[in-house]
Amino acid sequence: MATATIDGPQGLTGGHDAPAAPEAVVVRFAGDSGDGMQLTGGQFTLSTALAGNDLSTFPDFPAEIRAPQGTLFGVSAFQINFGSTEIETAGDQPDVLIAMNPAALKVNLDALKVGGLIIADSGEFNKRNLEKAKYDANPLEDGSLERWQLLSFDISALTLQAVKPFGLGNKEALRCKNMWTLGLALWMFDRDRAPLIEWLRGKFIKNHVLADANIAALNAGHAYGETAELAGPLRQTHIPAVASEPGLYRTVTGAESISYGLVAGAQLAELPMFFGGYPITPASSILHNLVKLKEFGVTTFQAEDEIAAICSAIGAAYAGHLGVTSSSGPGIALKTEAMGLAVMTELPLVIVNSQRGGPSTGLPTKTEQSDLYQAVYGRNGDAPIPVIAARSPGDAFDCAIEAVRVAVHYMTPVILLTDGYIANAAEPWKVPDPSTYTPFPVTFLEQPNGPDGQVLPYARNDKGARPWIKAGTPGLMHRIGGIEKNPLTGNIDYAPASHQIMTDARKAKIDGIAKSIPPQDVTLGEAGGKLVLVGWGSTFGAIHQAVRRARKRGLDVSHVHVRHIWPMPENLGDLLRGYEKVLVPEMNTGQFKTVLRDQFLIDARPLTKTSGQPFTIAEIEAAIDAALA
Amino acid sequence: MNDLTPIKTTLKDWETDQEVRWCPGCGDYAILKAVQRTLPELGCDPSNTVFVSGIGCSSRFPYYIESYGFHTIHGRAPAFATGIKLANPDLDVWLITGDGDGMSIGGNHTMHVIRRNLNTQILLFNNEIYGLTKGQYSPTSREGTHSPTTPLGSVDHPASPCAFALGAGGRFIARSYDVSKDLPQVLKAAHAHKGAAFVEIFQNCIVYNKDRFDDFTAKPVVDATQLWTRHGEPLLFAKGTRGIALDAAALKLKVVDVIDGDWQAAGVMVHDQTNRGLAHLLVEMPFGLFPMALGVIYDDPRPTFESVLLGQDVKARAGKSADLGKLLAKGQTWTVAD
Repeated sequence: MATATIDGPQGLTGGHDAPAAPEAVVVRFAGDSGDGMQLTGGQFTLSTALAGNDLSTFPDFPAEIRAPQGTLFGVSAFQINFGSTEIETAGDQPDVLIAMNPAALKVNLDALKVGGLIIADSGEFNKRNLEKAKYDANPLEDGSLERWQLLSFDISALTLQAVKPFGLGNKEALRCKNMWTLGLALWMFDRDRAPLIEWLRGKFIKNHVLADANIAALNAGHAYGETAELAGPLRQTHIPAVASEPGLYRTVTGAESISYGLVAGAQLAELPMFFGGYPITPASSILHNLVKLKEFGVTTFQAEDEIAAICSAIGAAYAGHLGVTSSSGPGIALKTEAMGLAVMTELPLVIVNSQRGGPSTGLPTKTEQSDLYQAVYGRNGDAPIPVIAARSPGDAFDCAIEAVRVAVHYMTPVILLTDGYIANAAEPWKVPDPSTYTPFPVTFLEQPNGPDGQVLPYARNDKGARPWIKAGTPGLMHRIGGIEKNPLTGNIDYAPASHQIMTDARKAKIDGIAKSIPPQDVTLGEAGGKLVLVGWGSTFGAIHQAVRRARKRGLDVSHVHVRHIWPMPENLGDLLRGYEKVLVPEMNTGQFKTVLRDQFLIDARPLTKTSGQPFTIAEIEAAIDAALA
Repeated sequence: MNDLTPIKTTLKDWETDQEVRWCPGCGDYAILKAVQRTLPELGCDPSNTVFVSGIGCSSRFPYYIESYGFHTIHGRAPAFATGIKLANPDLDVWLITGDGDGMSIGGNHTMHVIRRNLNTQILLFNNEIYGLTKGQYSPTSREGTHSPTTPLGSVDHPASPCAFALGAGGRFIARSYDVSKDLPQVLKAAHAHKGAAFVEIFQNCIVYNKDRFDDFTAKPVVDATQLWTRHGEPLLFAKGTRGIALDAAALKLKVVDVIDGDWQAAGVMVHDQTNRGLAHLLVEMPFGLFPMALGVIYDDPRPTFESVLLGQDVKARAGKSADLGKLLAKGQTWTVAD
């Protein structure tokens, strides 16, 4: 239900008749990129999860590491939507905006729900900061914030006062501001401080003074809430725990779940894993995670560039490891030639693309789904590669396993599409039990497979896959490469018939993967009807909620969400033909729409957004109304 | 690594059934034979040997060696070799590249594989021209080279592969040429070196850059123009009548005449293959004023990339179990009861 059921922000302040607690609340923390907003948001997320609420987050930060202080482009924000019902997006409009300086207020104010609550650090609304944020007058004082509830107090001064006993320098002391703010937020939503205090002790294990100062700031913020409540302007809200399926839960980001999924996939395939990567936003976190998992048979290699990263992974695959590489759009572009080689040599490889806004460097820290053509079509020659798209952080775990399965069983590179939103966003995740997954062990060729002891590296099995021959296997010496080859021996062969046979074989093998994937289901609604919304990737939550709301209003609309982008499920075309209208919401200019038209000759219509921000539920709901009008 | 029991093979065992497709008279034939002759002498096992190459005439090499072979993409062979070695450090990996492949499109990877010190033999066939694309000038072509893309003569200063490799932190630098009878000795030394062993092999492109190296490889000038560096021996050439001495005041090398074989009196230096400064001076000697330095110019091993990296991994794994269930349930979790 997410934000639809929010009872209005009045529920959060004491200025009105206190209504019942809302089912869900959207809070946005915003400050300077040096203010620690991502950290604050992350810890608030953890406390929310521990309180048993369902949640979804949206970290939104600038590409600059430390943009000049106080500037509009240096604002970093973290939004969280949490509630006692199922939450599937980070929320359309915040109910609460915590603004640590004038720039943070200015950049985020438009998003705030009318009547929403602004909590501002008045200590930062000085002349200098107001000028940097291009305010002519102080918005906290000139009545321009009338449409919202405003609570402003000098968080900077209150923090300095709270940490005074610890003798920190002014700069260090002010760094505790985010913990003060977090303390206040914890009070507002009736949260347990103990796990955060424990976390702070661990974080500053080598500096007890800093630990104590931060804890003091946290406690002071919390105490301020209590006092402020007594004085009237603020009210505490308790959001009850969501009713979830029983089991063990944790929060997970896409970068984490992909790393775990790759490890799980390697275990199920009974392979050691080699990961070759090169730092790029927002994909680097996968490498950061995997370096800590060496005991799972993971070897990581930070290469000199994107090309070397994928080439090293292909080399490792030739020597019998599960080769994995990961990047984002520009890096994927650089890897393209090597992907062609993996197609040509038919070696297994997983390529993770954490999509970001493009083209070129584009929007490094913002999300987009505009690499779909690149994944499906973007290579020289006829070079089909399976493409799998994750819909959420939790789903990315299963998608990573699926990518490994397809890669090793069909001897092919596989592209796993995720995006900046999935990579960074956190959601509660029911911890899967690895023992419930069916293993898919790999068999390497150990003996010659041809007549008279011949080695035939390109003799195919019933799936059309060639044998995987580990370099170093006694007696199975052979040569592979990027030149067209004899359909059995793999020796160089430019003969017209050979290229025809090999091109056909490579295509048939990838097309055949469709037989091993589940048929497309209808995520919400019925098979057939007036309108279907076909989505892929991280638009899942927004589409799902919009369809749910529309259906509640009695509209005939269903939701189909596609995981296997290439090859597609065998029934997808027939399924989509069962609807009068097909609408494809995606964060690009209509790429999946085109692929669907191409594959099925259906009149798929686009709903596009390329602002670097995820769809809001309202935007999609409006499109549903328009389509059914 | 590479310390496996020697295997008995003959030259024939290292030949494939593939027809060799280089131009008749190409220097690559001689290099191929030298390698095929050397591998049995080293006791190498075809099953445990991998030849990795990029793109270009030289990079067809793996197809003609009966071992594991990977003909990859232009310039990237070092990256493939790195993945292969990290996946299985016991494999004996030879990297075959050329002046275009290794110094131009793949210059970056050449630098890093040397800097990291991956235990591999890097054979760079330098013919100072692009052969497979029909004769364009290459990054090692001499200034003024006339080619389809430089009809008025090339203007860019050529790269020196050995100086580049040394500058990248190389610990083994050697030079030879296609038809040299000493090429197998150089290859053996490269194989014995644990780490990235860089060997520049001058190679005659019979079609596009014919006899380019005649100024030091043609029979009549061999003695006068080739300086073979041998560890512990004086740096003599021209049948011992000339030698290399240090001009200490100018901090550079000079050619001196040796009278009656008394090289000590002439101040000729004794080659020390672990002397990095000397190696720099030798590979940078301007040809003409100086002879061409050939042989093992520098050989001073340090730990290999894969031994250090994988050793670190072993330590990191010690005492930890690969329990995925435990990993997933790590950190702050909560339970929803029935």
